[in-house]
Amino acid sequence: MKPAPFRYADPRSVGEVLEVLAAEEGAKVLAGGQSLLPLLSMRLAAPAVLVDLNRVPGLDAVEVDGEGVRVGALVRHAGLLGDHDAARVQPLLARATANVAHPAIRNRGTTVGSIAHADPAGEMTSVLALTGGSVTVASPSGERAVGWRDLFVGPLETSLPGAAVVTSAFFPALPPRSGTAFAEVARRKGDYAVCGAGVVVTLDEDRRVAAVRASYMSVGLVPEVHDLTESVAGSPVEKADWAAAGALARTLVEPDGDLHASADYRRLLVGVLTERTLADAAAEAAAKVTGE
Amino acid sequence: MTTKLFGEPVRRREDARLITGRGRYLDDIGTGALAAAFVRSPHAHARITDIDVDAALDVEGLVAVYTYEDLTGPLAEPLPVLIPHPQLHAPRTGYPLANGEVNHVGEPVVMVVATDRYVAEDAAERIVVSYEELPAVVGVDAARAAGSCVHEEIPDNVAARHHQETGDVEPALAAAPHRLSFTQYVERSACMPLEGKGVHARWDADDHSLRVHTSTQASTSVRAAIAAKLQLSLDEVEVIAPDVGGGFGVKIVHPWPEELLVPMAAIALGREVKWTEDRREHFISSAHERQQRQEIGVGFDDDGRITALDVHIWHDNGAYTPYGIIVPIVTATQLVGPYVIPVYRVVVESVYTNTVIVTPYRGAGRPQGCFAMERTMDRIADVLGLDRAVVRERNLIQPAQFPYDHHLTFQDGRPVIYDSGDYPGLLAKLKALVGWDGVDALRDDAEARGKLLGVGMAMYVEGTGPGPYEGGHVQVLGSGKVLVATGLTTQGQGHETSFAQIVASELGVPIEDVEVTTGDTRRFPYAVGTFASRAAVMSGNAIALAARGVREKALRIAADVLEADPGDLEIDHGVVQVRGTPGASIPLRTVAVLSNPLRYAFDEAAKQATQFAVQASNDKPPVTPGDAPGLEHRDYYSPIRSTFASGAHAAIVEIDPATWEIDVVNYAVVHDCGNVVNPMIVEGQVHGGVAQGVGGALYERMAYDADGQLQNASFMDFLMPYASEVPDIVIDHQQTPSPLNPLGIKGAGEAGVIPGSAALASAIEDAVGRRITSMPISPTELYDLVRSPDAERTAASARRTGVRA
Amino acid sequence: MTSVDTERALRLTVNGVPREATVPVRRLLSDALRHDLGLTGTHVGCEHGVCGACTVLVDGEPVRSCLVLAVQVDGAAVTTVEGLVRDDGRGGQVLHPVQEAFRECHALQCGFCTPGFLVTIAAGLEGRDAAEEITEEEVDDLVGGNLCRCTGYANIKKAVRHAAATMRDAR
Repeated sequence: MKPAPFRYADPRSVGEVLEVLAAEEGAKVLAGGQSLLPLLSMRLAAPAVLVDLNRVPGLDAVEVDGEGVRVGALVRHAGLLGDHDAARVQPLLARATANVAHPAIRNRGTTVGSIAHADPAGEMTSVLALTGGSVTVASPSGERAVGWRDLFVGPLETSLPGAAVVTSAFFPALPPRSGTAFAEVARRKGDYAVCGAGVVVTLDEDRRVAAVRASYMSVGLVPEVHDLTESVAGSPVEKADWAAAGALARTLVEPDGDLHASADYRRLLVGVLTERTLADAAAEAAAKVTGE
Repeated sequence: MTTKLFGEPVRRREDARLITGRGRYLDDIGTGALAAAFVRSPHAHARITDIDVDAALDVEGLVAVYTYEDLTGPLAEPLPVLIPHPQLHAPRTGYPLANGEVNHVGEPVVMVVATDRYVAEDAAERIVVSYEELPAVVGVDAARAAGSCVHEEIPDNVAARHHQETGDVEPALAAAPHRLSFTQYVERSACMPLEGKGVHARWDADDHSLRVHTSTQASTSVRAAIAAKLQLSLDEVEVIAPDVGGGFGVKIVHPWPEELLVPMAAIALGREVKWTEDRREHFISSAHERQQRQEIGVGFDDDGRITALDVHIWHDNGAYTPYGIIVPIVTATQLVGPYVIPVYRVVVESVYTNTVIVTPYRGAGRPQGCFAMERTMDRIADVLGLDRAVVRERNLIQPAQFPYDHHLTFQDGRPVIYDSGDYPGLLAKLKALVGWDGVDALRDDAEARGKLLGVGMAMYVEGTGPGPYEGGHVQVLGSGKVLVATGLTTQGQGHETSFAQIVASELGVPIEDVEVTTGDTRRFPYAVGTFASRAAVMSGNAIALAARGVREKALRIAADVLEADPGDLEIDHGVVQVRGTPGASIPLRTVAVLSNPLRYAFDEAAKQATQFAVQASNDKPPVTPGDAPGLEHRDYYSPIRSTFASGAHAAIVEIDPATWEIDVVNYAVVHDCGNVVNPMIVEGQVHGGVAQGVGGALYERMAYDADGQLQNASFMDFLMPYASEVPDIVIDHQQTPSPLNPLGIKGAGEAGVIPGSAALASAIEDAVGRRITSMPISPTELYDLVRSPDAERTAASARRTGVRA
Repeated sequence: MTSVDTERALRLTVNGVPREATVPVRRLLSDALRHDLGLTGTHVGCEHGVCGACTVLVDGEPVRSCLVLAVQVDGAAVTTVEGLVRDDGRGGQVLHPVQEAFRECHALQCGFCTPGFLVTIAAGLEGRDAAEEITEEEVDDLVGGNLCRCTGYANIKKAVRHAAATMRDAR
């Protein structure tokens, strides 16, 4: 289990990264490497050139404003997890990163890297979707924002062209009168979830349910956001039938089975986790409305 | 005696190097050695039609490539059947490198040697092996159905039919007031030590000698195997087990192909060669254990007493049988546990499959036997509406019945005669420890929290310390240092400490003066190995006997010097003294000097033993006939039969009825391994065993697909527990010394793992009210079970809910 | 133009000592430490980042050294298990409290996974306020990311509590 030969570059600017990517056939970007290195060691991936982002200055910032949180390509999960400003503006970030693997992996792995890896079992792909986020992609033709829907095209597959690099991800701020929750069922603590759920509940000024959205991990081929509002729309928050929302969610997902969970079991978990997380998220939202 | 250390929780002497990074594991040895890597079969069953190495030849750094064609003499013959048995009628073993056919994914086909492991893998990747695929036999049921066969000449896939009976089971069953028959399964798991296997070999062409380091549990036998296979004289080969990063059974198998091929290459190339197994190799080319199908018939009376037991086991032995049928024999003979079984018949059919070989993994067939017996107890209780503990209690062998003869033949060819024990005592302690009689209150409390709570228990008896023998050598040096050597090996059990405690206690020396070496054939060439919870029993007793021999000699020499009767002498803190006479003493180190009459004074101490320094009788030679120079003694311990440890575990689980996640909230252990050398170490063994038991019950399985591909050959998907998955454990002890050996000890290494699956299956069944017939069980499987219309509902659950089943 | 290399010369500080090595760019940090720098205390258990045996500190933070390329730590400070001991100020060395605790609490058996636990726990304990009594949640976090096949973890958790108490008393 040793990587096949490759060549290595560690450019000092995004421009240089793009130059190497454009010049070298079979080049791949390396950021935290926590997903890529195992693939290299198992020789399941054998890029000709690794282009290491880690020495590019300016990519390690978490920028927070009223609009949302912009996470640079070199921000580690641990950095985002510990960023209280980011958590205030978009609480799902800390809630999700806390579920990413174990601390030593979070110290090295990057949030943007895990999004670019496009693993439907990953927490951050799901959170990007749930928050309606986007990534900034630098390519020889310039920088552009790519919305999450356009980014994820399949398991471990994005729409990005070869000579492109994701320089940041943007997670919009949590809307007012909203609460969030995030929960996973994993075989072992720190494993990829057998099923995970992130939810956002938004209330109106009368504490009635106005919007309910959910996104799941390890369910489906690409991250998706499910609008569950219709099951509980207009309910006073204390009386909302979250089980109905869970039941609706079960009908909307199309999970697959694998070694650790059958498709049916995943569907069951979607229902249970939806119901449980929505109750928590709603309570959080209700507390905000009361506090207003 | 102040130096009495036997029985004390002495802190481990090996830790000083292991916590500072100064341990010496296999891959830490041989800087600059060439590296070996293997091309392994990607198919479960295939004929090799061609091996094309051309593309590898231009890899810079490649040194050599070996295929079966390069093997000569005994190396070209099949690997040995290590433990032949008359009922193993169709043994098969592989070749060091595949000879035309492969029988499991991972079987070695080509060995590549290169300047480092990266380069070796580059070359291996370029070698093209062409295969003609054959149908794969995967799983015990497929082997049994024999739709296709693993070995062409064995159309029924049956390697062995093992059969034991203690009476006429059919009439006994027919006469029983109640009868049950059922089938259950146990899945594959594996030892999975954190350090894989590894071999380093250095050939000294001038000295014509081979030094091999290997991460093994059996260095003396590896040595013999290498000498035989490479056609070397035994004295030209030395084998050393360095620090070994866990074994749990997988490293008792030998010679692994790599243990022969790496020395072969080292000799051929005249260079040091090393192979360090990687994790993927370990998954697909080491060994697994546990898979069985168990068909059980039992007869019992109205009180739940068993009158007859009839068991038919189908045991998956994988592609080959290098370790014989030890695992199924252990299942067959240990299944009866702590119970009186008036008539017992067991038939084991050990079958070939196109999967990795099955050899002992901690417990070695006992977890399966325990699962069979204990689940039978649970069923009897369920049918009769009795408490599960009560049914067990009524069937237990009573303390007055020892020695208790089961009239079975154990894995060592010796009778299964339990030497000592107190099984009712274990059960009583267990019930108190886990709060067995108060579980209904816990159940109600859990229900109020929306959880299903269940409790289960399992008891076991474990034959430990089988022969044939182990030896020990104890030598006191003129410096006062005491060197101790035994041939069996160490993989983390703390032998350097527990053996030193024994010597310090027996000899009356400070433990700091004692240095223990294990597993080094240069230091002790006769040994069997570390398996079957035998190290403390076997080497512990051998070392004790050797220390007693040294003590006797020391007292004899000291008595001469002190002009006293040896019977009046004692040794304390390394000083021999006349009991009750202060001042009349001689340090043991001086006795050691005097024990070796010298001509040459190479140092100050030696001067005391030279010919003009010693007042000696001119009528006697300096070394008395029959005596030997030096204060040392070698002795052996060879038991008449195994000694039987015992224990009982109970588990309380809480299950989330929405997600079917299983939480072990209490795990209680009562353990009896006779006299204990070091309670801290024994407790550590129990902890580790329980973690593997829980892993095997709830997390770990080898998931083969129908084509024989292992689907989860990584730590990502083979779910060894982290700390978060292992419950807190409460332990109580009982000590019934063994009357069979001088120290009164029984083995402790494997016990913790044995009842895990049985106790947890019982607890889960109790919680969900559905019969558990297969382990391990995961939440997704539990969900399938509870909603399956075919799942059998337990009578107990029906009674609890007031609904008749 | 950025250079694209097959081999690199590295300079890094390992356990406080400046070291240099020239390595192929594909060399894993775990292999570079063990085989190029001779620090075999760091062990390799899975090479896919799950077991944690190879954990070392890079600039003070625990990372899996099998999931980092050696070239990536050029210029960094690496601490391995060999670097946990401290000078005692009298020409000798003293063990880190977590090393002492592992021995005292029988938190290791075969010792293969131990270096990964030790550096992870040492960094964790040093990064917290020693005055605060350690919580079970903290203990679980500190030991939760590494596999041990021998101990069942009970004594490792005990050792963490023991070391935290020692560090609290030593303030």
